[in-house]
Amino acid sequence: MTLTNLPEPDQEVVARSSTIIKDLEQLVARDAVISDEEGRRAFEADALTAYRQMPLAVVLPQTTEEVSKVLRYCQQNRIKVVPRGAGTSLCGGALPTADAIVVGVSKMNRILDVDYENRAIRVQTGITNLAISEAVSVQGFFYAPDPSSQLACTLAGNIAMNSGGAHCLKYGVTTNNVLGVQIVMMDGEIVELGGPHLDAEGYDLLALVIGSEGQFGIVTEATVRILRKAELARPILLGFDNCEAAGQCVAAIIGSGIMPVAIEFMDKPAIEVSEAFAKAGYPRDVEALLIVEVEGSEDEISRLLSDIVEIAMPFDPRAVEPSTSPEQSERIWKGRKSAFGAFGRISDYYCMDGTIPLARLAEVLPKISQICANKGLKVANVFHAGDGNLHPLILYDANNEDEAQRAELAGAEILKLCVAVGGCLSGEHGIGIEKRDLMGVQFSEADLTVQMRIRSVFDPDWLLNPGKVFPLEMSEKAGAAEAA
Amino acid sequence: MISGCAERGLPIEVVGSGSKRAIGRPMESAVTLTTTSLRGIALYEPSELVMSAGAGTPLSAVEVELAGRGQMLAFEPIDLGPATGGPQGAQTIGAVFATNLSGARRIQSGAARDHLLGIKGVNGRAELFQAGGRVMKNVAGYDVSRGLTGSWGTLAVLTQVTFKVLPWPEASVTIVFLGLPDDLAIELLCLAMGQPYEVSGAIHLQAAVAERLDHPGLKSMGKSVTALRLENFANSVATRKQRLKEGLRVYGKALELDNRESIEFWSELRRLSVMPYGPSLLWRISTKPTTAPKLVAAIKRYMPVKAFYDWSGGLIWLEVPATDDAGTAEIRRVVAIHGGHATLIRAEPAVRASVEVFQPLSPAVERLTRGLKEAFDPAGILNPGRMYANI
Repeated sequence: MTLTNLPEPDQEVVARSSTIIKDLEQLVARDAVISDEEGRRAFEADALTAYRQMPLAVVLPQTTEEVSKVLRYCQQNRIKVVPRGAGTSLCGGALPTADAIVVGVSKMNRILDVDYENRAIRVQTGITNLAISEAVSVQGFFYAPDPSSQLACTLAGNIAMNSGGAHCLKYGVTTNNVLGVQIVMMDGEIVELGGPHLDAEGYDLLALVIGSEGQFGIVTEATVRILRKAELARPILLGFDNCEAAGQCVAAIIGSGIMPVAIEFMDKPAIEVSEAFAKAGYPRDVEALLIVEVEGSEDEISRLLSDIVEIAMPFDPRAVEPSTSPEQSERIWKGRKSAFGAFGRISDYYCMDGTIPLARLAEVLPKISQICANKGLKVANVFHAGDGNLHPLILYDANNEDEAQRAELAGAEILKLCVAVGGCLSGEHGIGIEKRDLMGVQFSEADLTVQMRIRSVFDPDWLLNPGKVFPLEMSEKAGAAEAA
Repeated sequence: MISGCAERGLPIEVVGSGSKRAIGRPMESAVTLTTTSLRGIALYEPSELVMSAGAGTPLSAVEVELAGRGQMLAFEPIDLGPATGGPQGAQTIGAVFATNLSGARRIQSGAARDHLLGIKGVNGRAELFQAGGRVMKNVAGYDVSRGLTGSWGTLAVLTQVTFKVLPWPEASVTIVFLGLPDDLAIELLCLAMGQPYEVSGAIHLQAAVAERLDHPGLKSMGKSVTALRLENFANSVATRKQRLKEGLRVYGKALELDNRESIEFWSELRRLSVMPYGPSLLWRISTKPTTAPKLVAAIKRYMPVKAFYDWSGGLIWLEVPATDDAGTAEIRRVVAIHGGHATLIRAEPAVRASVEVFQPLSPAVERLTRGLKEAFDPAGILNPGRMYANI
């Protein structure tokens, strides 16, 4: 796909490549600078694989001090920097340009302090999301935000994108679970924001940093909350004749005062593909499927599940399967969890990430089908029903340039629809380059100007992760104004 | 109006109902801008857990509307009116987010700022803007709405706020332990928070503070009060209560407050009636829970103190005698050593004018703070000096 423009690399910087690489090698440990073509190629893309750009060089520091030296050097020499965690971004958040240095925190992955009594853990942000939960699991604790890429994604990336996950309906997203960060600014200054205490002093700078998509600084350490795991968790599977009934059932569950830990929705195309691969025993004759998970003691769970069955009855469910054992729970989740993988086996797909108000689900799904059908494409939907985050999976052939472009266009129309019904462009993945040019659909010029001014406070020269989040013409205009 | 003032450099005092006028550094202002006419509930979808209201809508009106549908603001905003000599229940919903003063349930449900979904506002350049939206999962652009919380009207005037609401729990029970010293109390509270029972309130009142409670039984005991709240469906609460008490046996006999008493108890704490208005001064200190008793003991070496520990020790409301400098030097030194931050909540205007009311910022954070002020309000007209001198 080449619909989204990438900023033109600064040829003056590119011409100085070998000098820059030599300078960087003086600042950090010997093997921390990757300059050979093979080595750099591993960093030319993230999970938005249609877009690739070889960076000028890659630096993988081992300490906050090294990060500081590298950023200071880059600012002094007006070299752009693209921060990187594990490169799992689905929106091009870690995509480099030819005149940029990738600074990756993946080597900085240590646990620094675990404090169960105060329910906090301090880590280097190159640690994977799952490793945080694993570190405290034996004592019965976990770190709540759990994006589906948690095996690979880093806390640094989670912080940059304000990542969510299936647990976030009940436990919140990254910004609700981070207490403090150590952030290296573009001028090399190392700043502590927050700490092991709840609530910021002064302005909520943490709130601004979290979700700033690598444009405010590089976060190298963080203190996050750890919570006691619930005793048990178990799902119930419900199947419906139509999406409207499923949506109304979700509304009724939430309206009853039950707070499930997750509510997942799959439409018929998603069920079909997932079943073909996972064989989890999902009902084949339903238009929509819900998986609702509740937490608590054995007794509490049985009661909650039977309450949910009762709540679901008026919506005429075709399938009702409360889990009564860990094996059954695993089977119920298996289909949903392997859905994306199942799709990957049959087709390339483009995963969208808009959010809509729950009440509009029944209206939006057929429109999504229509948008894709108009472009000659098939689509399946997975939906975090509790919080409105929709993942349409648009199927296309990546080898077919025309199909790829049509998929991208369909995706953009879908996101515009999400905004039109009162939702937003991105629920989890962030803007990156993928949705940059749609920002004007959700925000006015005044709104974007407010955001760009904030960026200038943190990174006056706009050297961090350039060409992302804001439409290029707007950011080029603003960048020129800053430089003037 | 704002653009006029910006042009002429006239400072504006930004208020909702003015319930927190007595907090912060005293300001000189030429004009007062109040949001009280920006009132009304614009949107309320109980099954989507979302409400939007004009920033000047009284908090009480919001809560009545929510209660009618069995819902609430989970973070129980603190009412500082009575503690600072003002009327009870006067605050606006906009102020709740502008000041981010959350109550006891914050420890389980998150702070006010965690429930904010979006805002509309006007900055010091008289530009109308909006941020966020009405949906829970929203990472389009920077988190500007949350970034404005805790800014006390110094960056923008909020005109509308959209926020997450949650179901009112079916049942509430409170377990109370009497006579524990501060350090054991905090140990108990932290232990309880580490259990899978979703404790939704964890506080400790020193004896001298507990005797100010309305609850006749607790008030007359003459002992410290350590309390844990459980909220859920009724049968869950009953079982969890038993198991929690069982696990805390070593701390002594536990009393119980049933549903009605429990609701009343935490309602009282929310009004901060245990720190009533008077000549004494009131500090609000945020720290790591296990540090809290040490921090209070350290301050006590310099002056008499009365403490109400909230958030299992993560928040301390500290009453100290009236002095010209509010004990600032000693208190800030102790907080610097132990970690955390402190805000002077109640003191005479002359005192608040002469000391640092909000936690002094590190040089780097001060630069970022100034930068944001400059970005939102370059003419420096919105509540100038309310939080920090010259910002």
